[in-house]
Amino acid sequence: MVAVSGERWQDALYDLLRRHDVTQFAYVPDAGHRILIDRSLADPAVHSVSLTTEEEGVALLAGADLGGARGVLLMQSSGAGNCINMLSLAKGGRFPMLMLVSMRGDFGEGNPWQFPMGQAVEPVLQAMGVIVLRVERSDDVVPTAEAALTMVFQSGNAVAVLLTQRLLGAKAF
Amino acid sequence: MAMRYPQGVDVAAAIAAGFVLDRCEAVPALIGNPDDFLMVTGLAGTARDIAALTHDGAQIYTMAGAMGGATMIGLGLALARPDKRVLVATGDGEILMNVGALATVAVMNPANLSILVVDNGHYGETGWQKSHTSLGVDLERIAIGSGIQRTRTVAAEAELVEGARLLREGNGTAFVVLRVAPAEPPAFKRNFDPAACRVRFRSALLGNS
Repeated sequence: MVAVSGERWQDALYDLLRRHDVTQFAYVPDAGHRILIDRSLADPAVHSVSLTTEEEGVALLAGADLGGARGVLLMQSSGAGNCINMLSLAKGGRFPMLMLVSMRGDFGEGNPWQFPMGQAVEPVLQAMGVIVLRVERSDDVVPTAEAALTMVFQSGNAVAVLLTQRLLGAKAF
Repeated sequence: MAMRYPQGVDVAAAIAAGFVLDRCEAVPALIGNPDDFLMVTGLAGTARDIAALTHDGAQIYTMAGAMGGATMIGLGLALARPDKRVLVATGDGEILMNVGALATVAVMNPANLSILVVDNGHYGETGWQKSHTSLGVDLERIAIGSGIQRTRTVAAEAELVEGARLLREGNGTAFVVLRVAPAEPPAFKRNFDPAACRVRFRSALLGNS
């Protein structure tokens, strides 16, 4: 599915998630996910859950799955580090889990605090059994997210889609 | 039924601090008919309370890890199934590990979610070290400060009826702290396989896995 010309990829991504029956959107507010978060807040058909820490989102998604519902965890790369033990639910419990990760500490990053976790996201998530996909270009967002949705909700995996700084642009400091 | 206090627990201090109820009697009294709830439990003592109460029934998801996750699993389940009553039953240590979840839950305030904290003031599975609730931390006040509107502490037998009523009221998320003696929970061997328990729960609720 290709984004309609002129449509923001973020809107195409939100619509894709909704077409795949995602009804719980969990996040610690993050600039990279601003459009997805705002869409979920404005959508009466979904639950938009603001978390105090990202590990809550991992547990929330497991709870949604127990009830037969689908969720997505929107977080920044720094937040992935807050999820590690809770990802035992995915690796050991085999709960399907979809994560969209806006990258920091990546291409062009100007904040030194972002580098440790930004550079560690892939190995750390992989150590907890999460399949990691990277997106560098805007026309790759929807196809990758669609692949991830199938890998998660049809094949039962935990998948993290990294929206890299080459895609998002680096924050100015 | 005589309670079994573990070695090394300061029983006198616990009694003086108001941790006196027998969890083996008080937990069933608060919950009533366990078939009325889908239940998610935190690890350790409360998992045993609930497994014993339901004979490790398919309507419960108990954990032996993922500490700090029980409340949020309950929230996800409650949001997914507004037609069901969801009870999170957990211990003081488990809920303290992610006490911010109470703020997250309070903002969502699902009417079908109740949280029961079986607070014995100790970490029962790691050598009975005192937890923060034996040292002045008040979970009910944390819940109130987090924005949960319906809260109660039950520490005496006469208070059980009101606590039980609140868990079922359904007017917004309810939070009950049940203060119990630091004595052994029921000895009940439950299924420790997290994936098998997920399949069991979903099959019973959804008719498929």
